[in-house]
Amino acid sequence: MTKAEIAKIVHDRIGLSKKESGQIVEAVLDEIKKTLEGGEDVKLSGFGHFMVREKHARRGRNPKTGDDITIASRKVVTFRASQLLKEKLLGEDD
Amino acid sequence: MTKSELVEIIADSYGEITKREAEVVVNEIFRAISDALAKGDRVELRGFGSFATKRRNPRIGRNPKTGESVQVPGKVVPHFKPGKELRERVDQNE
Repeated sequence: MTKAEIAKIVHDRIGLSKKESGQIVEAVLDEIKKTLEGGEDVKLSGFGHFMVREKHARRGRNPKTGDDITIASRKVVTFRASQLLKEKLLGEDD
Repeated sequence: MTKSELVEIIADSYGEITKREAEVVVNEIFRAISDALAKGDRVELRGFGSFATKRRNPRIGRNPKTGESVQVPGKVVPHFKPGKELRERVDQNE
């Protein structure tokens, strides 16, 4: 599924124009991105939490060459699915 | 940021729609993603990231309190992988 397909679902089910649906889908993702970029978590109840986590610097190894390297500290985004989403996936399985 | 804050921002930056309408659209977007995952589909959102499901095999677990062995059934769990743009934007900003 892609952004265009999500926009189509919004258009079909809610009746916003195709153009508006596409713009809002884009705006929603953009807003989440901006918030995460500012280091703030995004909590979407019923879906999940996007969290910004700080990773410490650590010693690593280039798996190709075997060289020791230092992996710098960095920030990463992690996603924690809500209980509701987890249950939804289980419900439809098997 | 919570979902209701996201809804407010979308409604404010989008003169055409009310807060109530923005809420319906935001809910619909994440429902569409959840539905796709429940069907086993992958959701790819360019510039943001992708959602997919991963299968966990059944395993023998242990009740940490009693030490008893318990059979943990296999399950399907949601997984999010941040896209390149999101990864870079979150890490750059210090």
